Amino acid sequence: MSDAGGVVKKFMFVNRKAPYGTVYALESLEVVLISAAFDQDVSLAFLDDGVYELTKGQSTKGLEMKNFSPTYRALEGYDIEKLYVARESLEERGLSEDDLLVDVQVVSCAEMADLMAEQDVVLSF
Amino acid sequence: MLHTVNKSPFERNTLKTCLAHAKPGSAVLLIEDGVYAALSGTAHSDMVTQAMAQVSVYALGPDLDARGVANRVLNGIKVVDYAGFVDLAIEHPATQSWL
Repeated sequence: MSDAGGVVKKFMFVNRKAPYGTVYALESLEVVLISAAFDQDVSLAFLDDGVYELTKGQSTKGLEMKNFSPTYRALEGYDIEKLYVARESLEERGLSEDDLLVDVQVVSCAEMADLMAEQDVVLSF
Repeated sequence: MLHTVNKSPFERNTLKTCLAHAKPGSAVLLIEDGVYAALSGTAHSDMVTQAMAQVSVYALGPDLDARGVANRVLNGIKVVDYAGFVDLAIEHPATQSWL
């Protein structure tokens, strides 16, 4: 409970879209930052093409779009440190943890299911 | 015919359908999230490699750069910039955008 008497709930943001092709990834990040301001217990899950949100070396100069990938590294400063990445999704894309720009926990599908099951609120992007 | 594909092969079957309809000698340009099909070591790399026996496959460089994957492009895929995109559109009598 915070000083204001607010209830802390477990929020999970499920990210399943690649960045830039659609606005989902950026919108998710915006809501994640808002939720941090409300001192909630926030987790981020990256599945399917969502794992591409975290690839190192993104450079959007040629697209004239904002490169929002550095923001994932700033999440730690907002006490958002629970980042879970689906192992199967990395594997089918030929990616490893070393290809990602933040520290994450790589989990199996079964582990991800357990994490999802313990949330109060799950928001999907 | 120049075919363009802008969807990730992991999320949609757009590329698969495009390749099934692309005649030998035509060109396929991967753009936006479609560039994830241009990468080596993925579950779709073999499909694209096989397609390259029949069609020329291109990928748009700025879209690869934005996604941090320019260093993973399959051998045989030609990376083009926006001017190259225009050249391809001029070289081919028609363009089909697979959405």
